[in-house]
Amino acid sequence: MIPAPFDYVRVKSADEALAKLAEHGDAAKLLAGGHSLLPLMKLRLATPDVLIDVGRLSELSYVRDEGDEVAVGALTRHHDVATSPVAAAGVPVLAHVAGQIGDPQVRHRGTIGGSLAHGDPASDLPAVVVALGGTLVVQGPRGRREVAATDFHRGFFEVALAPDEMLVEVRVPRTVGPWGFHKLTKRAQDWAIVGAVAVTTADGLGVGLINMGPVPVRARAVEVAVAAGASAADAAASAAEGTEPSADNNGSVAYRQHVARVLVRRALEDAGV
Amino acid sequence: MSILGNRVVRREDPKFLSVGGTYVADLDLPGALHLVFVRSSMAHARLASIDTSAAEAAPGVVAVFTHHDLGLAPMETVVGMTPEAMTQPILAAGTVRYVGEPIAALVAETREAAVDAAELVVVDYEPLAAVVDPRVARRDETILFPDAGTNTALTLDMGRDEAMFDGCEVRVQQVIVNQRVAPCPLEVRSAAAFVTPEGRVEFRSSTQAPHGVRDTLARALALEPDDVHVISPDVGGGFGAKATVYTEDIVVGWCARHLGRPVRWTETRSESMLGLGHGRGQVQTATIGGSRDGTITAFDLAVLQDCGAYPGMGTVLPFMTRTMVSGVYTIPKAECSFESVVTNTTPTTAYRGAGRPEAAAAIERMVDIFAAEIGMDPAEVRRRNLIASDAFPYTTPVGTVYDVGEYRRTLDIALDVAGYDELRTEQRRRRDAGDPRQLGVGLSCYVEITNGIPEGEYGSVEVRPDGTVVVRTGTSPHGQGHVTAWSMLVAEQLGVPIEDIEVIHGDTDVVPRGVGTFGSRSLQAGGNAVNQAAIDVVEKAKDIAADLFEAAREDIVLDKSRGVFHVVGTPALARGWAELATAAVAAGGNPLLAEVDLASPGPTFPFGTHLAVVEVDTETGHVTLVRHVAVDDAGRIVNPLLAEGQVHGGVAQGVAQALLEEVVYDGDGNPLTANLADYSFISAAELPSFETLFTETPTPVNPLGAKGIGESGTIGATPAVHNAVVDALAHLGVRHVDMPATPERVWNAIRDAAERKGA
Repeated sequence: MIPAPFDYVRVKSADEALAKLAEHGDAAKLLAGGHSLLPLMKLRLATPDVLIDVGRLSELSYVRDEGDEVAVGALTRHHDVATSPVAAAGVPVLAHVAGQIGDPQVRHRGTIGGSLAHGDPASDLPAVVVALGGTLVVQGPRGRREVAATDFHRGFFEVALAPDEMLVEVRVPRTVGPWGFHKLTKRAQDWAIVGAVAVTTADGLGVGLINMGPVPVRARAVEVAVAAGASAADAAASAAEGTEPSADNNGSVAYRQHVARVLVRRALEDAGV
Repeated sequence: MSILGNRVVRREDPKFLSVGGTYVADLDLPGALHLVFVRSSMAHARLASIDTSAAEAAPGVVAVFTHHDLGLAPMETVVGMTPEAMTQPILAAGTVRYVGEPIAALVAETREAAVDAAELVVVDYEPLAAVVDPRVARRDETILFPDAGTNTALTLDMGRDEAMFDGCEVRVQQVIVNQRVAPCPLEVRSAAAFVTPEGRVEFRSSTQAPHGVRDTLARALALEPDDVHVISPDVGGGFGAKATVYTEDIVVGWCARHLGRPVRWTETRSESMLGLGHGRGQVQTATIGGSRDGTITAFDLAVLQDCGAYPGMGTVLPFMTRTMVSGVYTIPKAECSFESVVTNTTPTTAYRGAGRPEAAAAIERMVDIFAAEIGMDPAEVRRRNLIASDAFPYTTPVGTVYDVGEYRRTLDIALDVAGYDELRTEQRRRRDAGDPRQLGVGLSCYVEITNGIPEGEYGSVEVRPDGTVVVRTGTSPHGQGHVTAWSMLVAEQLGVPIEDIEVIHGDTDVVPRGVGTFGSRSLQAGGNAVNQAAIDVVEKAKDIAADLFEAAREDIVLDKSRGVFHVVGTPALARGWAELATAAVAAGGNPLLAEVDLASPGPTFPFGTHLAVVEVDTETGHVTLVRHVAVDDAGRIVNPLLAEGQVHGGVAQGVAQALLEEVVYDGDGNPLTANLADYSFISAAELPSFETLFTETPTPVNPLGAKGIGESGTIGATPAVHNAVVDALAHLGVRHVDMPATPERVWNAIRDAAERKGA
């Protein structure tokens, strides 16, 4: 419960954060809300030499209407996304899901960028951004680049960020019409045993799964089935296709796959399918 | 007008809600060293070697101790009932038997230095086969204590009356797992010690029983009780698991003496999940028999109790299960035998209810199973078998004598308040509609025993010359509200405002004797002692007043509305408590004080009915508790606010056991639930607002007419919620689901029932 010794720097700008990342490389970790990183450090499962605290970079805390897209600064707290009128108008599913994460304390500390960059497939927001077909804006010494959300998560706790890069913005398209989000938890504050989201954007239906594999899953088979005219129930039958959820105290593989089918059906129904 | 029975707000709360309490870890101990333990990472292994050299050389480290350095005798057996060959060494001696067992004690100048250095202690383990499930342990294939030759620590075999179920039209048997849970007090274990220049050990402990700590620590360190002074400051919960002394406490005291410096220790939550005793842990084989008209005629319970690695309090708790085996029913034949076995897991101990929730869970689950078997409404089966209110004192088949009860009344109220018939109508509607969200209604009519191992208690009331009152009590609270309740008792007798009453507890020098706060005994034992002391001090004051007024003693009256004494008929000439206390000191130099060592008046038997309503998502297995109605009777209620608080906390923990909480180990004895992310500690978000009601049937056993209320929540709520879950699924063919009724477990039960139907 006491982390290994580490150095701590608080930076005042994104540029300073990048400079520090360049200086320390692999030995450094960015600290945003700290709700994922600090528990790992306290258990000594993560032992960074340097913590670069970006939590107070107000320049990266915003929810902006950008026409066809809504842009969310990486350091926007879940609470601020949940209560953002811009999010509520443009991507209500994002505001709703942000308002369901953990508990009020978590939502006032945790950030959207932290959640995505941490790469935990049990987190809610990555699957939503993946389902929306969002874009992640990454900044590094070689400038800014954009990564499709579907390409961002590479493996369990592994994302497409070089050690000297940081995630600065999450861009998601506006949604059209109703949407659905369901997650199964034992307790309100828990990570989802399984979660499902169904959204419609200008590009069509997107279906995402939480905690059904090493990365957030886009349930393409379901989307294809719906496009082909299948009912919610029929389409949802293929929700677990190709998924590789882990088995733990909260659920076996078979149970998780069953629940995925149930929750996808419900999400599709809510989304008007 | 009496203050008793009023919702007096807690006198304790302004501090807790503003500056906060002072816990052991908050105490200012200049120069204190920090102790941390190196704990076993293996469930069962021989310790080939322990290399402490790197740790000893680490910055800030003062010393590292292992078993041989201490030279202390192992922990004591539990009231002489558990085997000597199974006692726990103060630090692991050659063999470790559970993950978390202390192997070495490391003392450093700072906690951080101690934690860092502890990682440098190299333990060479030679793994042994581990046994986790008591059902496997009892086969003695893997033995924890070769010298004992068996894993069985204690047995109570009442002999099996094979004729018990003769003549029963219906006989049903069910194996019920009453799972192992973690007590999880918000304040983890913490202790500190230093030695005075006179050689006295000053000990600070987060405990429910400071006098017990004093005596146990003195024996362990070969000291006299007077050589040890224990203070328990504010204590953030205990739930039974802090009623006894742990090996770590003894090491803290030993280190302070050995090093001649103050030593402090506070465990982490992760350590607490492995080190603080666990609760429950029974595998029950229950058999119920009766006739199709709903009469229950026989009940047999065979308990297999999991002791964990070293037999402690948990080992003997099945005695309490046996005491309450037949519950609230007139079952002519009932018996309970048990076997307690060791496993490579954290030792089990008392946890809120301690043996009685297990009894209630067994009989209440089996009554529902019996009802399902004969196709009768479970409320009706209960009605037909409840002990009638004119049958008390009532002796059960195992010899327990219930004092008094109005069982039927609590059932009727619960059914009425809940709207039982409407709930059944709604249930039928959802069943007919094939609604994926099914409704379940669960009942639990319970009776339990408080102050079950009858012990006396100390209480004193002293009036100071300034008229304020100091109360000393041997029951040391850890959240219950004794300061408020005891103030009310004294105010009632003395006629002084509660603001003028100070209640002192938790200091073994200031309170000379005490037993402690556990087993829902405080009001019955400690409260009655204080009440008697208050009555006695009034009588002493009357002696003094008689002298002052130069009147006959029998003519002296206490006007409680003003807190003054006068001669009958002349109220204008009055003397207050301050004058009498001053006169007492002036006369003889002795304070106006009454001390009482209350002999135990024996146990009482609180009872009640809990009714739970759950919604089960039959597609995912997720259970939501929708309503919980608790009708409890704890005799006379001194303060309904405090009583409700006890019910609320207990119900929450009961719901948690029914739906969420379980300590889980893998097959090698590795804990899988050693933090509050993995262990499903319940929160307010999972709970509805409780509907709490009381009936008051005073017990004749003590002058206050009071029974205990601290544990009725876990005893009453757990089976009600458990039964509600099964009830929701009854039409699908589900007869039983073990606790906790987690989503996957419930869904598996639904699927299995569907497969049975299909087959």
